[in-house]
This record gives sequence, C-alpha cells and structure tokens, in this order.
Amino acid sequence: MHLGVSESMRECEYSQISTRSSTPMETPYKKRTPKKRKWESFPGRNKFYCDGRIMMAKQTGVFYLTLVLILVTCGLFFIFDCPFLALQLTPAIPVIGGVLFLFVMGTLLRTSFSDPGVLPRATQDEAADLERQIDVANGSTGYRPPPRTKEVVINGQTVKLKYCFTCKIFRPPRASHCSLCDNCVERFDHHCPWVGNCVGRRNYRFFYMFILSLSFLTIFIFAFVITHIILRSHRNGFLNALKDSPASVLEVVVCFFSVWSIVGLSGFHTYLISSNQTTNEDIKGSWSSKRGKDNYNPYSYGNIFTNCCAALCGPLPPSLIDRRGFIQSDTPQLAPPTNGITMYGATQSQQSHMCDQDQCIQSTKFVLQAATTPLLQQQSSDPVILTTSPENGSSLPGRTSLTLAGPCTSLPLGQPTPPTSTPSLSCHEATDLLPIHGHSHAHNHSHPLQEAVAHHHFLTPEEVPSPPGMLPCGSPLGHSHTMQASFYNPASQDSLHEDSVRGLVKLSSV
Amino acid sequence: MRQQAAIAAKVFIQRDYTNGTVCQFQTKFPSELETRIDKQQFEETVRMLNNLYAEAEKLGSQSYIEGCLACLTAYAIFLCIETHYEKVLKKIAKYIQEQNDKIYAPRGLLLTDPIERGLRVIEVTIFEDRSLTR
Repeated sequence: MHLGVSESMRECEYSQISTRSSTPMETPYKKRTPKKRKWESFPGRNKFYCDGRIMMAKQTGVFYLTLVLILVTCGLFFIFDCPFLALQLTPAIPVIGGVLFLFVMGTLLRTSFSDPGVLPRATQDEAADLERQIDVANGSTGYRPPPRTKEVVINGQTVKLKYCFTCKIFRPPRASHCSLCDNCVERFDHHCPWVGNCVGRRNYRFFYMFILSLSFLTIFIFAFVITHIILRSHRNGFLNALKDSPASVLEVVVCFFSVWSIVGLSGFHTYLISSNQTTNEDIKGSWSSKRGKDNYNPYSYGNIFTNCCAALCGPLPPSLIDRRGFIQSDTPQLAPPTNGITMYGATQSQQSHMCDQDQCIQSTKFVLQAATTPLLQQQSSDPVILTTSPENGSSLPGRTSLTLAGPCTSLPLGQPTPPTSTPSLSCHEATDLLPIHGHSHAHNHSHPLQEAVAHHHFLTPEEVPSPPGMLPCGSPLGHSHTMQASFYNPASQDSLHEDSVRGLVKLSSV
Repeated sequence: MRQQAAIAAKVFIQRDYTNGTVCQFQTKFPSELETRIDKQQFEETVRMLNNLYAEAEKLGSQSYIEGCLACLTAYAIFLCIETHYEKVLKKIAKYIQEQNDKIYAPRGLLLTDPIERGLRVIEVTIFEDRSLTR
C-alpha cells in the first residue's frame, strides 16, 4: 500500500496538467491589491521597521535597556567628567571616548538591525520533492520511519544534518533553528536578548566588534571616572569630590558591573573565533576531544590567525530572504486542490499541492468527523452489515480501522517541541473549512486518505498545538466496527456519508 | 495560467556539503533530465556555478581588505559600496540567464537562480515537450 501511495504521488507530480479552477481557499486578493513586499508576509517571528530595512526579534525590551544604559552612561561621562579631564589632562580623552562611543553604537545597531543569516523556508515544490525522496528512502523500513537526518562527511568528520519540520529543509551544517525567532539561521551562534536579535553568520562579526569595543569603552570610562574622582579629591577631599560630581558614582557602579560580564564575554568569543566554533557548538561540546579521540573541528582552518581573519574579515554573504523584494503574484504556491474524484485522471502540478499533508489530514479528519456523527445519533452496532463489504476484500475492516486509528493515535502522542509557527498545519484549518454539507471537501478526501497513512507520522512533532479533543479520537479506536457499520448502513442518505463511503471504498481498493 | 499548464515537473539539485559550509551544488546528473539534455552539458553548468560561488566566498586579499576597511569605518561603508559577494552574485545571475537563453530554453528547461531559493537548491523546471509558449 505504501508503494501504491508513492506511485500515485509520482502520478500526481509528473503527469499532464489541466486547467485550474478557483477554490474558496485561493487568495486572489494579492493580485488586486498593490504589490506587497516580502517582509510583510515573512513566516518567522520577526519585527520589521523602515519598510523592511530593519529586522529584529520579537522581544526587544532588553535591547532598549542596553541602549539606555550605554547612552546614559556615556552621556553622563561626556557632560560631567570630560570637561574636567579635558582641562586637567588632555583633550584627547573626550575625542577617544567619542570615537569609541560611535563605534559601539554603530556595531550595536548593525548587529541588532541586520539579518543574522536567516534561511528562507522551502517552497511547496521543494518540500514535496524532499518528502518524496524520504518516502522512497524509507519505503521498506516500516510504518514509522526514524527522525529525518542525513549524514555528510566534512573534512573527515561525520556531521549529521537534521531536518527542520518548520522550515521543511535539511539544515546546512552549523545552522540551527531559533525557537524565539522561529527561523533557521546559518552558522547559528546564539540568540542575544541584549541586542534583540539572533547572532548568526551575517552579523557575528558586528556582534564581536560590539562587545570588544564595549569592553574598551567600559574600561575607558571606568578608568577615567576614577581618575577624575581621585584628582578632585586631591583638591577638595574625597567626600566633596563625590558631592561635586554625583554622576560619577553612577557611572562607576554601572561600569564596574559591566566590566566583568562584557570583558568575560569578549574573552570567550575571542576563544571561539580563534578555534572557529559557535557558542552553540561549544555548549554542546560538538568538537570537544572528550567526545572521542578522533573528534576535531572540521571547519577550523588549522591556525588561529586564519580562523580570526575568516570570521572577521571574510566575505559578507548577502541576505537570503530578500525582505524588500516584491511578492510575485504569479507563483500560486498556496493553491489548494480543486475537485475530487476526478483528480485521479486530472493529475497536474497541483497534485503536489493537493498531496500536501495539510489537505490529507484535513480530509482525514473530515471523514472521521463524518463517521462519528452517526455514532452519536444511532447507538446500534450491527456487525452483520459488515458482511456486505468484504466483497472488496475481507481485510477491509481491519485495514480501515488501522488507517483510521493511525492518524488519531499520532495526535495525542505528539512530542512537545519548541513552538512552531505552523500550528495551523492541521486542526485549525480543518475546523474552519469543514462545512456540514461540504461537497468540495467531501470530494477531496478520497485520494489523500491514502497519503494520510503515509504522511501522518511526519506530523507528530507538529501536532502538539492541535487539541486532541477536536477529534473524537477515542471513539474510532474503540468503535471502529460500529463506525463501519454505520458507514454501510443504507438508511443514511446524507451526502456526507456517501462521500465517506466513497472514500473508504477507495481506500480499500489500494 | 498558460505557463502553469506547461510545467511537467521540477527537479531540485541539492547542496553538496562535503567541503563544509561553502556553497556548492551536487553535480550528480538527475535521471529526470536524461531525455532532455546532455549529461556533460548539465554537469558543466553546475560546475561553473560551483566555481563562481567559490569565488564569491574565497578568503583572499580582496575580501580581507574589504573586511578591514569596513571594520575601520564601523561598517558604515556597507551602506555605500557593493560587497565582493554581491558583485559575484550579479555575475552568476548573468551566467544563468545566458545559459537559459542558449542551452536550456530550447530544450524546454528553465534554471532558477539559487539565490531565489535561498541558496538551497538549483531548481530546474521541466516543461512539457509540446508546449511552445512559456
């Protein structure tokens, strides 16, 4: 049956195309309204400003705190300490301070506002192609394949590439999915709340220069404020000096606490750069020799100097998400399936969308809901009626119950994962689009039910947000025979049930 | 609509990570293209693209000078000039356009610039044989 599924999927993708008809789910509004920029429909949890030029994480409160701390401390320094120091010592002090301050602000804003190296999510065609490849690879290994990983040998080290269920791609090496921003980021270092953004391939050097220059600035201010107070206290005494320049006290306190953390962080990142590791890898101990004798970092260039140059002075890759580009209205990537049974014949590129697990699960749920409605109405369970069905094959009841139970069992057992931005994958869409007499959807389920069997296991990590209560999961498991009895009850002539019957007949014919 | 009607299939050439995180694509010839294009020709295209991407990401004197200069100006210089990488990307776009016009379009194929797919894949769209409009 599994082979039949992949065969029919292949049929979907490579056969003749027929014309597309409009459906309720299609969104023609894009063609009518003026062109939107891509950032406006960005799937991650980022905030955009200045028409897409600025990109930040969702939580920016701590970033404003950072800004306030730096601006207030430097402001107080320039206003209260610099005049005295410029006169008593040298005017170079405020100049150097000013240069350092500008450098710190420049690098901070660069780090916070730039794209860290977000990988755009796969298009529907790509995702379908990958699914197909994985299907083929796992064809004979059983009902539930292992988590999707690919192994690659890089410079003699075996690296595992994981599949990202949110972005529907195999993550490149060193990439990681940030659960706060809900994006896969290349060469992911960490998510820094102080700068209000992820730190990745594209902004790591800005981040490093920021913390390095901030260390110098902090030490600079700390040293010269202390000097200021000492010089004043030589003249007027210590307490008077403090009274004359109260701002200095605040500056000293802020700088004192900052120095330890910022300088420590700079030192840590200097070590990371010289060994060409990311914070992520260091924390996990990916390349630590403790893991194994032959474990080494395959990305390192061998010497510290080259590693530093590569990290800080290497080429800066451009942003892959093209946030200021315009959305092309001619790519109907989200086009849903059209009419039902005829789909077998009218195979088209849309089949690849139609075979999308969203539609499959939605349709499966529709069938299950349809099935349980008579269950609530009629209490009689007459297994005798089942004898009419085995004309197609005596294994029908068993197989159907297995099929129907399959998607159900995956729902409550879904493993918790970091929050994804696609909770609407199945349930929410299903409830919105399940009209009682929905012919369009009733037609849909016949084909995708087969895919539902093959694909339901892929949904497990993403099924978490869907409340299992939405589907009467318990009942089909316990009352599968009852359900089938009601299906084949000729008394119910509701179109809903006719279509459910049709669906199950198709299922049995596989 | 007519263009949609003509697409028969899409083939995706995935990234090749055996040399690390450098942008390289697999040169393995996909079976779906066997009837459409010469294997050598296709592999030549992919190899050329790989060379161009390697040039973009090369750690050479030019990238070092650019990096140091940018650092000295607190990276403000990136607001004004085009980086080396961006220049090479333009070269790549031109190359793909040229390949499409000369070699792939007459065979009913279309290469999509990988940058439009986030440098994840080279998307090859296969059009149906009998369609003349694109």
